[in-house]
Amino acid sequence: MRFTGSEEYVSTDDLTLAVNAAIQLQRPLLVKGEPGTGKTMLAVQVAKALGVPLLEWHIKSTTKAQQGLYEYDAVSRLRDSQLGDPRVHDIHNYIVKGMLWQAFSADSPVVLLIDEVDKADIEFPNDLLRELDRMEFYVYETRELVKAKHRPIVFITSNNEKELPDAFLRRCFFHYIRFPDKETMEKIVGVHFPELKKSLLREAMDVFFEVREVPGLKKKPSTSELLDWLKLLLAEDIPPDALRSKDRKTIIPPLHGALLKNEQDVHLFERLVFMTRAKA
Amino acid sequence: MLIDFFLKLKSHKLPVSIKEYLTLLEAMGKGVIGPSVDDFYYLSRASLVKDEANFDKFDRAFAEFWQGVETIPGIEAQIPLEWLLKQVELTLTEEEKKQIEALGGWEKLMETLKERLEEQKGRHQGGNKWIGTGGTSPFGAYGYNPEGIRIGQDKSRNRSAVKVWDQREYRNLDDSVELGTRNIKVALRRLRRFAREGAPDEFDLEHTIDATARKAYLDIHMRPERRNTVKVLMLMDIGGTMDDHVKLAEELFSAAKTEFKHLEFYYFHNCLYDFVWKDNRRRHSERTRTWDLLHKYGHDYKVIFVGDATMSPYEILQPGGSIEYFNEEPGSVWIKRVTDIYAKCIWLNPEPEEIWGYRQSIQVLKELMNGRMYPTTLSGLERAMKVLAK
Repeated sequence: MRFTGSEEYVSTDDLTLAVNAAIQLQRPLLVKGEPGTGKTMLAVQVAKALGVPLLEWHIKSTTKAQQGLYEYDAVSRLRDSQLGDPRVHDIHNYIVKGMLWQAFSADSPVVLLIDEVDKADIEFPNDLLRELDRMEFYVYETRELVKAKHRPIVFITSNNEKELPDAFLRRCFFHYIRFPDKETMEKIVGVHFPELKKSLLREAMDVFFEVREVPGLKKKPSTSELLDWLKLLLAEDIPPDALRSKDRKTIIPPLHGALLKNEQDVHLFERLVFMTRAKA
Repeated sequence: MLIDFFLKLKSHKLPVSIKEYLTLLEAMGKGVIGPSVDDFYYLSRASLVKDEANFDKFDRAFAEFWQGVETIPGIEAQIPLEWLLKQVELTLTEEEKKQIEALGGWEKLMETLKERLEEQKGRHQGGNKWIGTGGTSPFGAYGYNPEGIRIGQDKSRNRSAVKVWDQREYRNLDDSVELGTRNIKVALRRLRRFAREGAPDEFDLEHTIDATARKAYLDIHMRPERRNTVKVLMLMDIGGTMDDHVKLAEELFSAAKTEFKHLEFYYFHNCLYDFVWKDNRRRHSERTRTWDLLHKYGHDYKVIFVGDATMSPYEILQPGGSIEYFNEEPGSVWIKRVTDIYAKCIWLNPEPEEIWGYRQSIQVLKELMNGRMYPTTLSGLERAMKVLAK
């Protein structure tokens, strides 16, 4: 199995290589990067390109490693016991399989996405070491060992909110998705909006990178925000020259709400644009 | 050969382990990559480096190691040289070019320039001295510095291997550089402490099972939700020399505001005296007595001072030293009071750590803080948060 990018996802050389290394060596790939650069989309697109099912495990601050393996639903067993349900005699009825178990027991290899691993408790990655390394775990309630039939292709994304333990990192490949340069960005836009007018694209990209370069922005717009903004521009059918308007009243680009998500940022941007245009 | 590579990385203080090295060998054995150096660079980076903060170190180590191995197919060692040439040509006049010809031609000059640059990187501290001043060096005259030479920046297509790592794109991710809001938030998050407080509104499974087993009927138990309970008191220096650090202070402040539920902040000027204030525009009319502050916030608050601690030492040590009004007690007494009450207390200083030793007032304050003064870089902030979280 080899990944070479897909019709909907532009993959740079280094990213493609990291993905293929992870697939061939059957080790997890840890993906980091600015928010909105397509970390989660990567797993979706790899699954699509390879034609295998995708299992997604979204991590929250309260998620425990155990929940990815299985959960023992003691409450419903308790209720059943009080109601005299015959199911209560078999513990298997109350063991709910988690995402890892589902991935391990699948009949063909799957792509498993562990999304935003840094959101969880600090011990979370450590609790998954053996599971990800040997791809097996033990179910205490039924005393059975669950072993992966096929080692799943594991993608782990992180937003850098917590440092991950070294022992965990040593078992992974690592890739950091950089913010794309203008050329890659044009390719990405081309993939999403093939019928976009060249002139509109050029103007929009100029505005976008200009906005990104404004010093002091609290949240710089990223790829996903550019795509949203273009979608809006297309839907509103805004002509390219409107983006370069010299009119005082429309100093900030139309529909800027898609790019700037913070009123202080909008205010700052307005002021800066006004100052530079006034000078010119 | 690759053992040398591994050791080279180690000597650059990259945290690489044998397991990762074996993974790299395994990947090469399985033929993940072709015989291309680009691919090898990407593969070794993906398998050996696990933090983008270390990418820059890795790039430098890789470039250094690869200089010795130029015979390998796929490497064009002259490419960065060409690139240097192009840069120089842009800035040189015809006369100067002729002068260079006299020095032994382009090739030689560029080699020497490269060597110089390397040496300069090595010395780091004396960086400005090497190229730029004096005018005796043939390079200084043309206004070169390593910042100016960013190899491979203008061509992104069809990158040659050497250029990719020589670009050092990840320089900014090195964790000794200054931070943006996001990084600050992440660092502050280390302070989070969860505890169960307040109304019981969450189902407590374990307790319920336990109680039910004991009583033999269903006995539901609830418990309060886990919440972040850390309390922070932030005291910020404002005005004067702090004007240079406004952006940083703003970022720090906005990050702290979103991270902590119990965040109290007050301003002071240069050093802490009898009064602090909340609104800088009404600093003279709406002041809070520092005594009230110390009485109001319990000793479980964590105190963070933010300030450059740059002033005359008299402002700290002498009564009446304040530049704004006559203070009866010196600033040092007030700082002492704070550190006595609050066990968890640190000072964040936006001035770079290297210059602290040259400013007497910084030394004095650092001593008053029992050495708990940290720079506002990512690593400094992390060190500070570790002390606070202990």
